[in-house]
Amino acid sequence: MKLELGYIQINDIQFSKECKVENGTLFVDADAVRAFMYEDDDVKDWVKSFSFDIAKPGESVRITPVKDVIEPRVKVEGPGGVFPGVISKVDTVGSGKTHVLRGMAVVTAGKIVGFQEGLIDMSGPGADYTPFSKLNNFVVVAEPKDGYQDHKHEYEHAVRIAGLRAATFIGEIGRNVTPDETQEFETLGIKEGIEKYPDLPRVAYVHMLQSQGLLHDTYVYGVDAKRSLTTIINPTETMDGAILSGNCVSACDKNTTYHHQNNPVVAELFAAHGKTLNYVCNIITNENVYLADKQRSSDWTAKLCRLLDLDGAIVSQEGFGNPDTDLIMNTKKIELQGVKTTIITDEYAGQDGKSQSLADADPLADAVVTGGNANEVIILPKMDKVIGMLDYVDVIAGGHAGSLREDGSIEAELQVITGATNEMGFNCMSAR
Amino acid sequence: MSYRVVHYINQFFAQIGGEEMAHVAPELREGFVGPGMALSQAWKGEAEIVKTVVCGDSYFAEHEKEAKAQILEWVKAEKPDMFIAGPAFNAGRYGYACANICAAVQEELGIPVLTGMYEENPGADLKNKVLMVATANSAAGMRKAAPVMAKLALKIMKGEKLGASCEEGYMPNGIRVNFFEKERGAKRAVDMLVKKLNGKPFVTEYPMPSFDRVAPNKAIKDLSKATIALCTSGGIVPKGNPDHIESSSASHYGEYCIAGVDDLTADTYETAHGGYDPVYANADADRVLPVDIMREFEREGKIGKLHDYFYTTVGNGTAVASAKGFAAEYAQKLLAAGVDAVIMTST
Repeated sequence: MKLELGYIQINDIQFSKECKVENGTLFVDADAVRAFMYEDDDVKDWVKSFSFDIAKPGESVRITPVKDVIEPRVKVEGPGGVFPGVISKVDTVGSGKTHVLRGMAVVTAGKIVGFQEGLIDMSGPGADYTPFSKLNNFVVVAEPKDGYQDHKHEYEHAVRIAGLRAATFIGEIGRNVTPDETQEFETLGIKEGIEKYPDLPRVAYVHMLQSQGLLHDTYVYGVDAKRSLTTIINPTETMDGAILSGNCVSACDKNTTYHHQNNPVVAELFAAHGKTLNYVCNIITNENVYLADKQRSSDWTAKLCRLLDLDGAIVSQEGFGNPDTDLIMNTKKIELQGVKTTIITDEYAGQDGKSQSLADADPLADAVVTGGNANEVIILPKMDKVIGMLDYVDVIAGGHAGSLREDGSIEAELQVITGATNEMGFNCMSAR
Repeated sequence: MSYRVVHYINQFFAQIGGEEMAHVAPELREGFVGPGMALSQAWKGEAEIVKTVVCGDSYFAEHEKEAKAQILEWVKAEKPDMFIAGPAFNAGRYGYACANICAAVQEELGIPVLTGMYEENPGADLKNKVLMVATANSAAGMRKAAPVMAKLALKIMKGEKLGASCEEGYMPNGIRVNFFEKERGAKRAVDMLVKKLNGKPFVTEYPMPSFDRVAPNKAIKDLSKATIALCTSGGIVPKGNPDHIESSSASHYGEYCIAGVDDLTADTYETAHGGYDPVYANADADRVLPVDIMREFEREGKIGKLHDYFYTTVGNGTAVASAKGFAAEYAQKLLAAGVDAVIMTST
């Protein structure tokens, strides 16, 4: 399966009556975006209003509470459309051509259901920890209809769909734009791969999907991952939005939809493909809460690694605590099949860094990459402008009573920053 | 004004002699001696060695108590900004002396300390207690070790925050510190895997800890006479979370009276936990802390009594060391109250 990505570099976003991309600037008609979001019945039923804002790198802007971050893309050739099974029909994606509006994202924000949404600072010390401070962000702030308190899950669903629809609408603006740069990604069939690279180690990416449920959900072609068995998928399918975040886990290690679209493990394995290794495919497996599910899924992962005759696998995680057991079960069982692993995780070593970092461990997990200690405390100075609301800073995961200080600054753990300790290895942060 | 340092070295580095002179008792000299020169030079006047303690390795090992007492007295009188020992490289008794005299100065005088040695030196057993620079295994590594130690020492004396062990050159000491690598995590993972696949050496960024296992207590034979307490890491608290238990990385636990409470309702209790969807727990907190069922059992005589207090915290993102500390404290309260068993619920 072969996919060509055409990158359209976006350096600025401006509100306009006309929708177009010109000289690296995206012009968007917010009313048209709003109308497109409201075409969905669930959005109509649960969202009272949307407001829009633009946040640019280097501005004194804080976006919070952030729900999801999505990169606008559009399929210009080949079967299917972006976000299959949710926005587009369920056709298999990952081949043909896709245009990417690179350098920007759609960020959804607003009143939240739980404690788990985070913040993005566009400048200051907090900006160093989130990749989204480097993007031009088109922020959609949703306001729920009265009475949503008794229908929080419906509201959460509506906001999730609204964000994807906004990204779809904006992606469509790039359909007829000539990309600034193109890149091709190809995954070979099993036999073809062995014949082409007979001497290279066979490596797959074991992509663990957050599926603890109760607002910890990931969707694959519209299927809730907790209701799926471990399976295989072409890496390019993820680039067309086959895997979507439905998550409200701690902001720092939430894999947003943007992370899935731009999965760094997929990118790095493609970069090494044909040189130091033969990138076979992705194995997607879930992180359910029941022990029987954990056993079944990790057994299945190890079984697929063996069936694919792999030499090595990279395992990435989402969330912490409970999923640490899935991470260790997967790693241990894959290693016992004679397949070598490297795992990517993050740490909860306490504010003083002195505690053990994971909730589970095994000596076979001897090659670990860490996204850093999420408990480390940071002070975020006041920003001139807040998009969204500061009402939740004290109660989101990583905050504490008094996190929001009188002078408008915030003292909190890195946990509150969206994407800070990403467990796909999106960032440079680490710990020793 | 420059910072003032007291330096500790052995008889060999003071050029008194080798093994045959290892018995010499501690002596105090003015200024730097031997390897202290390299440290002094690296500080370029920002810090200086005011006194050097010289002690025979055998003397320290055989008269540890006396040696420590004498050296502590000298150091105390000098009131230095820092105490540095070694580096000892792979000299076993010297490394032992460096680590132990540093530990004593740090604990008893509250003066910051630093030593250096080879990672397999027996003295390195104290690396989680005493800050140690990792050096080569022979004195030939002095040229490399001295600037690293000098730089780290100056940072400590200036009160600057230390970076991660791999940046600063100290041995991993069990304290995890964040820093930015040059490559992103995914690239590091691919590079590490390729090394592992090719049988080349690689360094894990997080060595796996060893876990302690807790043996279960003996079973209670007669529940009908037992007092049972409810505890939870699911964050159930009285409505409004009066003690502000954090939604993640809890800094404390709560102790709440449930005497006379038959049922936890949406009006009276809620969860503070940020790791799961709170909707169902807030609608009926008995789902996490089953007070209603325990009261039923109490009425039916299945259990003797539900304890009047429950203990609660948020497990989400909470360091294991914190959780252990909470439980160690309230377990004593449970014991004092004559509680026979605990049902601990998680989420």
